[in-house]
Amino acid sequence: MTTAAALATGLPFLAAVLGLAFGRRFPAAARALATLPLAASVLLTWAVAVRHDSGGVTEHGTELTPTGALDITLSMRVDGLSAIVAALVATVALLVQVYSAAYMRKDPRYSSYAALISLFSAAMLLVVYTGDLIVLLVGWEVMGVCSYFLIGHYWETEVARAAAVKAFLVTKLGDVPFLIGVLVLGVGAGSFRIGAIVDGVPPGGAGWATAGTLLMLGGVAGKSAQVPLQTWLPDAMTGPTPVSALIHAATMVAAGAYVVARLYPVFLASDATLVVLAVMAALTMVSSALFAFAQDDLKRVLAWSTVSQLAYMTGGLAAGGRDAAVFHLLTHGAFKALLFLAAGVVIHLAGTGRISDMGGLRRREPLVFWTMTAGLGALVGVPPLSGFFSKEAVLGAAEHTAIDGGAGAPPAVTGWLVIVAGVLTAGLTAAYATRLWLRVFFGEARKPAPEPHGPTPVLMLWPLAVLTVPTVLLGVIGLNESWLPAWLGDADGRAYGSADAANGLLLQAPAYYDLAPRLGTSLAAVALLALGAGAVYALWRRDPAADPARVLGRLRGPAERGFDVDRLYDAVVVRPVWLAARATRFVDRVVIDGYVHAAAQGTWLAGGGVRRSQNGNVQVYLAGVLAGFVVLAVTVAVRA
Amino acid sequence: MTAGLAAATVAAADLSGRGGPGFLSPTGAEVAFVLIGLVVLGSALLVVTTSQIVHAALWLVVTLGGLAAEYLLLTAEFIAWVQVLIYIGAVVVLLLFGLMLTRAPIGRSTELDSLKRWPAVLVAVGATATLLTVVVDAFHSAYLDLGKTDDGSARVTGESLFRVWVLPFEVLSVLLLAALIGAIVLSRGRADADGKGR
Amino acid sequence: MHLVYPLVLAVLLFGIGLYGVLARRNAVLVLMSVELMLNAVNVNLVAFDMWLRDTLHAGQALTLFVITIAAAEIGLGLAIVLMIFRNRATSDVSALRDLAEPGAVPRARRRLRTARTRPGSEAA
Repeated sequence: MTTAAALATGLPFLAAVLGLAFGRRFPAAARALATLPLAASVLLTWAVAVRHDSGGVTEHGTELTPTGALDITLSMRVDGLSAIVAALVATVALLVQVYSAAYMRKDPRYSSYAALISLFSAAMLLVVYTGDLIVLLVGWEVMGVCSYFLIGHYWETEVARAAAVKAFLVTKLGDVPFLIGVLVLGVGAGSFRIGAIVDGVPPGGAGWATAGTLLMLGGVAGKSAQVPLQTWLPDAMTGPTPVSALIHAATMVAAGAYVVARLYPVFLASDATLVVLAVMAALTMVSSALFAFAQDDLKRVLAWSTVSQLAYMTGGLAAGGRDAAVFHLLTHGAFKALLFLAAGVVIHLAGTGRISDMGGLRRREPLVFWTMTAGLGALVGVPPLSGFFSKEAVLGAAEHTAIDGGAGAPPAVTGWLVIVAGVLTAGLTAAYATRLWLRVFFGEARKPAPEPHGPTPVLMLWPLAVLTVPTVLLGVIGLNESWLPAWLGDADGRAYGSADAANGLLLQAPAYYDLAPRLGTSLAAVALLALGAGAVYALWRRDPAADPARVLGRLRGPAERGFDVDRLYDAVVVRPVWLAARATRFVDRVVIDGYVHAAAQGTWLAGGGVRRSQNGNVQVYLAGVLAGFVVLAVTVAVRA
Repeated sequence: MTAGLAAATVAAADLSGRGGPGFLSPTGAEVAFVLIGLVVLGSALLVVTTSQIVHAALWLVVTLGGLAAEYLLLTAEFIAWVQVLIYIGAVVVLLLFGLMLTRAPIGRSTELDSLKRWPAVLVAVGATATLLTVVVDAFHSAYLDLGKTDDGSARVTGESLFRVWVLPFEVLSVLLLAALIGAIVLSRGRADADGKGR
Repeated sequence: MHLVYPLVLAVLLFGIGLYGVLARRNAVLVLMSVELMLNAVNVNLVAFDMWLRDTLHAGQALTLFVITIAAAEIGLGLAIVLMIFRNRATSDVSALRDLAEPGAVPRARRRLRTARTRPGSEAA
């Protein structure tokens, strides 16, 4: 089973290497190279997931070489969590590659683009499957690099370059504490193996566990675009739309939440970390939903909504609902990928990404309308769709933490934070999703549609159709605790059994393994949902041509710019660094270069002096040589 | 040959400690050596200072001849005759030819000395002083016993030359041949296109 | 005989030759000075040969070789001097400055040198 996992990781990597090496020379092979290995990976990951069933942990590793005090093992650790997430990653990646084959068909850099997506998939699968934190870190950074390159795919434009650099720097800012956190955990547990770390946490928590997890939150916030490192994700939308779907919606940004889930017993033992995580999630959730409401660019709406939904996952994790968070990760991966791919088609049709220029697109491509409606419905959490169940699972876990609590549960405050923010966000989500839906698909076209490019390629449409199925139906798997929770196993990866759950032998209280919606939170969320959607609908009815975001009034401008956090960072971080860099440059130019130049000048002058003695008179040379010889001889004689 | 060198070193060790008669009671050979030496040095000085270029060549003859006499006093008779034969007989004649062919001015000339005379004096005096110090310091007690010996005779020299040093001797003859050809080639100058020498 | 006598003679002769090599301008005179230095070496060789009573007579043999090489050297040297004279109409060593670093020779001296070199055609 671990062999299949390794193979699933290795195949896209191989494809990426081949694609980067030969893709330019054999452009015809690029498409096959992009899709076929990933298709094999999909089969393998599904095979792993199915064969794993609910079988606890399978781990195999080899230690290539001793690496000092703490050994690094190349290990594959398959448990329920990694098997399912890997299947999701590979599937979405394959769909995106298929979609890209059509979407990017005229792009001259398609081969390197496809190779980078393959490389990204390999790195993400490595992150998901690996059983060693250092190896995970490798995959983690490779993902970051791929993200950088793919955001900057249209590097001819200034915006794309700036966005790529920003994404890279901001995520790296989080990765530094992440790395230190990994080291702290590794040293604390005496091993970098996830299994050893998870087992090594004493029941009451430990100082190193708290410190390590707190530091790791930096990386989580960076990768998953949580406050305060949330600003890069909306800018990252300058990359190609399929990239946004894959990396910046479904998979990479969820890696932050995934790592927390992977190391969940460690986090569970550190109350401080969970509180910080909850605050982070609550802030992110509400603010980014508000920002999404104010955006005018279709992809930026989706980007902010991604940030907001990721905060549901981190919030769920903070409130003790690991299975709920993973559940939301899965459903979100499906419906957000669908939304982005559909948005790609919409932009293709409308010829613009600006919502204020769209309208009335419902009739142009009904399939897109229906799939996007399903996606938005799932995003909002309309009851029978998948998003409803996963969101309610998160809120349910938070409710349990807030009200029942109990030994081993996270602090009650995390539960309250997540409940309040989550319910509020449900309303805001409904508002911005409704706004998007109405403004894009209904009403009259506010701008004459461009000349049709011809029919939308089928390759771009059928990934939408495929993704619609889980978007609608995936919520079912959480309804019975013997389905998803049993599959995911216990928080440390061990097998889940109902008897154990009843006897309290698991790491968490049985309520956290119950993903079914709970009445109280469901009612509150659905009520706010209806309120948000209804209010926007009412506004739209009053004036279909105007943007419902006008209710924000004077708040709208700042909200559209993400509360000007960028400017704040600019003033607090970027400018001082810039000034320091200038000062350094000045010191380098004037002081350090001064020494160098002075040395060069001195040598030059000395050389000029010696040059003058080279007057071509052999006798002078000879006299000089002999004089030197005499001086040396005398010196030696005197000193001897 | 290595054994021979080792023997020589042993002999040196034996001899170096042995002082001869004092410097204040010179033998006849020593007096003669010093007197001829003064002549040699004086004429050598004239060689390097005279302002008449042909005179320099003639003073060189005196110097070389004096040195031949010194060799005789050192009982190296064969070397002495070779000195006379080759240096005075061949080298000086060649030098005189050279002077004539380069149209050296006959008579007094002010351009013979370089403008850099004082640095040259300084270097030469410095080198001489250093060498003198070293030599006198090292060998002031060494004595050269020139008793009844035929070490310098033509027979002994010839034997060692053709028994021990025959290979270098042959190599040297090749060198001489090469120098001969080289000198001819150089002084013929470039051959013209029609084959006539310049 | 004290060994010091021939050695001091050799040293002084060497010094004189050295002075001649450094100070003389005519190339033939420089060659003569070189001969003086070589002779100083020969005196040394003979003196030490006698002092050491070398059974191989290395000193005397080497003296003979040096004399031979000196003869060869003077032949070649004169040939070179002749050739230079033919090309440049001068045997002044201090005028042969083609090795000079460009710009190292003061301008006035350079002009003098070119003026001296120019009538070479007439000598050819």
